[in-house]
Amino acid sequence: MFKLFKRNRRTTSEYIFDNVNILIMLFICGITLYPIWYVVVNSLNDGVDAMRGGIYWWPREFTLENYKAVFQTPGIVTSFGVTVAKTVIGTITHVFFTAMVAYAISRRDLVGRNFYMLVGVITMFFSGGLIPYFLLIRDLGLFDNFLVYIIPTLFNFFHLIIFVSFFRELPTSLEEAAKMDGANDFMIFIKVIIPLSMPVIATIALFQGVYQWNDYFAGVIFVNNPDLQPIQTYLYKVVAESSSNQMMMNASGTVATKTVTSQSIKLATMVVTTLPIMLVYPFLQKYFVKGMLIGSVKG
Amino acid sequence: MEVKIQQPVEPAVNDPIAELSTKKERFKKIKKNFLNQKYLQVMALLGVVWMFIFNYIPMYGLIIAFKEYSIIRSISEAPWVGLMQFKEFLQDENFWIVLKNTLGISLIKLFIGFPLPIIFALLLNELTSMKLKKAVQTISYLPHFISWVVLGGILTTWLADIGIINDILLGMGLISERTNFLADPDNFWAIVILSDIWKELGWSAIIYLAAIAGVSPELYESSTIDGANRFQKMWHVTLPSIRPTITILFILAVSGVLNSNFDQILILRNSLNESASNVIDIYVYQTGLQNARYSYATAVGLLKAVIAFILLLSANKIVKKLNGTSLF
Repeated sequence: MFKLFKRNRRTTSEYIFDNVNILIMLFICGITLYPIWYVVVNSLNDGVDAMRGGIYWWPREFTLENYKAVFQTPGIVTSFGVTVAKTVIGTITHVFFTAMVAYAISRRDLVGRNFYMLVGVITMFFSGGLIPYFLLIRDLGLFDNFLVYIIPTLFNFFHLIIFVSFFRELPTSLEEAAKMDGANDFMIFIKVIIPLSMPVIATIALFQGVYQWNDYFAGVIFVNNPDLQPIQTYLYKVVAESSSNQMMMNASGTVATKTVTSQSIKLATMVVTTLPIMLVYPFLQKYFVKGMLIGSVKG
Repeated sequence: MEVKIQQPVEPAVNDPIAELSTKKERFKKIKKNFLNQKYLQVMALLGVVWMFIFNYIPMYGLIIAFKEYSIIRSISEAPWVGLMQFKEFLQDENFWIVLKNTLGISLIKLFIGFPLPIIFALLLNELTSMKLKKAVQTISYLPHFISWVVLGGILTTWLADIGIINDILLGMGLISERTNFLADPDNFWAIVILSDIWKELGWSAIIYLAAIAGVSPELYESSTIDGANRFQKMWHVTLPSIRPTITILFILAVSGVLNSNFDQILILRNSLNESASNVIDIYVYQTGLQNARYSYATAVGLLKAVIAFILLLSANKIVKKLNGTSLF
């Protein structure tokens, strides 16, 4: 009855449109999810068997050997460690540092505020480009140094703008009360502002966390030491430079199995690399979207 | 003078001595305020120092584009060579290849990749089921969070001669024998553009969805009274309402025409598809970092940045004239 009523409200062309629209949307979802599914089922299949091809929907010979091989290959484990370390340390320091500068700049009584803003806005339009940046990093002694993942990413002016617009909305009464108690501006930032700013901190932490987790270029150009390369750089070398034979040799040294191939380890590594973000993302979606919007409106 | 403060217009003072004393007083006041907020100043200045090191020193480093820089000498010691590096690039056989690939990929991306998220947002907005809308959104944002390295791994697997794309095309009878698609320069642009759309379609639609959500419901109500159907509402209400958003994103897209997606192309290119995959950013990376021609690569990068800035200003100006909205 209800359906009939609804159908009658719409004209025939609208009815057709609605259904076609739903089909288009389902199609988009399908082609979005399928490549991810494909990698997952192939990584769960016996490597030698997978070389025959034809595994599209479900593993033919289910095995966890590929994942075992991933976690028994020293190079991969080390790279995962680097990625986790740079993501955790890099994100915490970035959020703290950028928020601190943003808080100072958000204060309307800051002497020289306009000048500081100008210094930042110029960096949005002009940059030195790749080569001068590379020479700077080299001269700073950050080459082959873990800090190359941390210090050059400590600050981001777009993130500062998001922070500033959030801080501006905070009530000033708490700040003033803290000032009455004799707290200095830094203590106010730590004790009053940070606890009030968890939504925006979550947003920026997520952006930076994803950036840190996914970036491979810093590892390619600034790091030669394999013990310092993040997992994305490791994968880059496997994919782009087709050094998968190398990977296989590494793996076969530790894993005495004939069912694992370089291709199957590659797929398993890709799954392990992407899984953390895929698991976390749906729950934090609203923070991403919010941050994206503030950033685009102000930026 | 690093302190720049906007002062309200003061009445003209005729007496020079009085003028001097007010200036002095003002300076004293600023100094006092400055010292009173020393914690705040240190917090702000740390950021300024960071920007000085990581943004402004590289800008100074751009002068090596006019020099012959080498590792053994410092930037200031390197000899000046004027516009030699630029001339060399313009005469290089790679110049036209690089220009063609950069503009080709970017312009197709602009004409196909730019309208698609708008259409996607409009269609998504027309979904009657809220649950479905939410689910589609969540799924469509997902690929944005997959790194280009992992996507590159998927693509090299799929496009290989034993990959699934060959399976499908063979099954449909569209090709007669297996090929490795990434080894053929003729396919490279299509691969780059399609994979970019796959990755960013949903994410790029976020801004448009927000803009659509901000359209006043009264506009829809009054158009209903006027007898407009849904397509007419989409065309005459929704689209004009989000035009400012579209305009600003379009200006940004035009100014980014010389920016190829470096992360993406670096992982998908190989020696076989080089004639189609060599774009400006890759060329800078190769000549500068792999062949250590620092000055030459900096000149190429600088030329690109200057043209991009001119493009930004002209796109802004043209759009401002056409419909009144602009970035600045």
